[in-house]
Amino acid sequence: MTDAKPRHREYTDETASRGAAADSTDDGIARNDESDPRQEETNQDRSHETDDDGPVSTGAEAIARALEASGVESAFGIQGGAIMPVYDALASSSVRHVTMAHEQAAAHAADAYGVVAGEPGVCLATSGPGATNLVTGIADAKMDSDAMLALTGQVPRDLVGNDAFQETDTIGVTRPITKYNAFADDPNTIGAVVEDAFRRAGCDRQGPTLVDLPKDVSLADVDEHAEFDDTTSTEARSDGERNPRADPDGVEAAARAIESAERPVCLFGGGVVAADASDVATTFARTYEIPVTTTMPGLGSFPEDDELALSFAGMHGTGYANMAITHTDCLIAVGTRFDDRLTGGIDTFAPEADVIHVDIDPAEISKNVHADYPLVGDAGAVLEQVSAAIESPPAAEDWRTQCTEWKETYPLTYAMNDHEPLKPQFVVEAFDAATADDTIVTTGVGQHQMWACQFWTFTEPRTWVSSHGLGTMGYGLPAAIGARIAADEAGETDRDVVCFEGDGSFLMTIQELSVAVRENLDVTIAVLNNEHIGMVRQWQDAFFEGRRMASEYDWVPAFDTLAEAFGARGFRVDDRDDVPATVEAALDYDGPSVIDFHVDPEENVLPMVPSGGANGQFALSEDHL
Amino acid sequence: MSGDGTGRSDDESEQNASLPGQAPSERPHPEARRNTDGIRIDPVVEAEHEPRRAVVSALVDHEPGVLAQVSGLVSRRQFNIESLTVGPTTVDGHARITMVVEETDPGIDQLKKQLRKLSAVISAGEIAGETVSRELVLVKVRGDAPEQVQAITEMYDGETLDAGPRTITVELTGDEARIDAAIDAYRQFGIVEIARTGETALARGDVPTTPGEQPAPGCDTDDRERTAQPSADDGSAVPTEPAARTDGGERRPTK
Repeated sequence: MTDAKPRHREYTDETASRGAAADSTDDGIARNDESDPRQEETNQDRSHETDDDGPVSTGAEAIARALEASGVESAFGIQGGAIMPVYDALASSSVRHVTMAHEQAAAHAADAYGVVAGEPGVCLATSGPGATNLVTGIADAKMDSDAMLALTGQVPRDLVGNDAFQETDTIGVTRPITKYNAFADDPNTIGAVVEDAFRRAGCDRQGPTLVDLPKDVSLADVDEHAEFDDTTSTEARSDGERNPRADPDGVEAAARAIESAERPVCLFGGGVVAADASDVATTFARTYEIPVTTTMPGLGSFPEDDELALSFAGMHGTGYANMAITHTDCLIAVGTRFDDRLTGGIDTFAPEADVIHVDIDPAEISKNVHADYPLVGDAGAVLEQVSAAIESPPAAEDWRTQCTEWKETYPLTYAMNDHEPLKPQFVVEAFDAATADDTIVTTGVGQHQMWACQFWTFTEPRTWVSSHGLGTMGYGLPAAIGARIAADEAGETDRDVVCFEGDGSFLMTIQELSVAVRENLDVTIAVLNNEHIGMVRQWQDAFFEGRRMASEYDWVPAFDTLAEAFGARGFRVDDRDDVPATVEAALDYDGPSVIDFHVDPEENVLPMVPSGGANGQFALSEDHL
Repeated sequence: MSGDGTGRSDDESEQNASLPGQAPSERPHPEARRNTDGIRIDPVVEAEHEPRRAVVSALVDHEPGVLAQVSGLVSRRQFNIESLTVGPTTVDGHARITMVVEETDPGIDQLKKQLRKLSAVISAGEIAGETVSRELVLVKVRGDAPEQVQAITEMYDGETLDAGPRTITVELTGDEARIDAAIDAYRQFGIVEIARTGETALARGDVPTTPGEQPAPGCDTDDRERTAQPSADDGSAVPTEPAARTDGGERRPTK
């Protein structure tokens, strides 16, 4: 299906190339709700092409300037007919473009870049299949509230709605999965629209935004005398100016609740990381000696090697985190949307807790779990407010002792002896031991992802990059590419980027190895290969009487030789004793490397809270499910 | 460096692998519970929410795609919506969307908050205090008993728009109950077709219909009223009626 794209070039060059701009040279720019441009376009006066020896600024150049003005250093994407003018303008801009192998990967790379850099990532695609291929990546960014700007080419305005070649209603398709999207229909404002969309992606509750760029608008000349009118009604009340501080009365009330709590627990979500509030949050918890659980996206918001750390809660969270979150009487939840994978069944979620909910998005308050103390604002600013309002720390010594006991009662471990196959958890631990604290970990989705969460000790924010809400298999490799480029740009070329993938997940975006090789990106990919869609296999064993329908592979490719074919380094490990040396060799290799770890296909992710179950009733073995 | 990581127990050759710790049934678990709205159920806070009828008004940018944004939001989040009407307001470039929903209090709260997140929504809220609301309906009935049809039309202050040998089409406005009653009354003649606009509403008195809503400059001054009076020949006594009528075809909700 994607091989149709190159053909677009021949088509559009004739129908809507530079000459198409001519119908807008007389100062009025034709609006798409008028039908006359359709007539003019066919009788194009191609002599206009001769006057591009002067420094004519086009819509596309305005886009490139907007990206530069927004501080964009890198963008990820794929060329194609309708986006060609934008690429042409990018050629002479300071923006580095990374050509990906598939648009979905461009979106994931931009997403991950944004997570690591703390700035919105940018991806580009052409119209039609280019835009629809982005959709999974945009939806992924939306679910995880990751800042990202997607720029999509679109057919010329006079063809919009005609089912033209490579036309998709991109605005319609992406409306429910973007924070904001816009159809740019005026070359004079196209730069401002792109800048605005970039800003919107990174403000308040972050998320993906998209601007659809019709080819004729990108090609059209910008009227130098036209004033950028950025005071349109939409922008005048831009949602970027939200008060970061919460209502003081609410803060006081929350402070009293914390002071009188006997069993307080902090729950730090991805919002803490997104708000760069990890330091504030860590100080808060340590000051009042409140045990800390995180959500999965919240990994890294609080150092997991701290005494107060209970690691992450939820479906495959630690037993101690789930005990604490079940028995707490005061849950201080910051930057979390109470996803069902965290809460389990709502009826049994923290049933005795007064819930203090800090979030930048008012719509998250009491959406899933009722907030007794809603505090709308920026995570860091509000935690500082609350901290200032607390007069005495909660008397929670017994509770802390209890939490420590739970840590001892329900340790995260796994059984391994010499006769058994290699355990995936051991691989994760070996990588953690071999790398520095600032190592960036990306993953796909499945069992390997859960083991990475469980057996990696995260101590710094923006080191954990994964697909949480959408659960997109194949996220890991493109994310590693985006993360590597973000780290390199920040001058952190010594920082390791480790990608854990499963065999099934890896196969979904494996083509991106070509990009990692072409760009010579130093990433290490650990394939926890169990020759299954492991998580599905685990669920089938637990809930479908072991009928392993479509989850067992008879055969998977040799990922080490496949990696070599792509031009990367390939390793294969079957034996536990070979793990440390191979990990070392792969990390040392200056470029992309892949280790195909053949791990125990029967290993399950535990503990586990069954879907909709009670967190405190987590299963420790398959028999408990 | 192998085995340097977190708590790993070597050489535990349990066949039916289980993590250490108490089995779920042996663990203490709180008795308390939450309801489906995530609200703790206990005698003090006990609040089962019954769905209720609410009129939510949203002031939006009058631009393409707004209705798709709003209707997409409503369907995606499964709000129970009874009707939705759209029309311009006093301010150029603004439109009002009036929605009647049947939702619990937390549901209504979510709807308002989600609406406010849409880029095209200027302000949104449940109409505070009393509302004045109207719906318009066109009813086409069999024309076999014109006098009786006329009598009912007069009884409901309706207007006959078209009368032919086979059908009569009448227009009625009123609240939902009144229109339901009228339609019931016409049923005896045989109803051929019905078109209903859905309810549109404003807040009664000086209360703004959506939070912070302001009329267009010069729109509600005495001065303006004096000069505008002569041209207002269409005595529109019911203020909401014109909005329902001018509802542009392409902006109409598709159900």
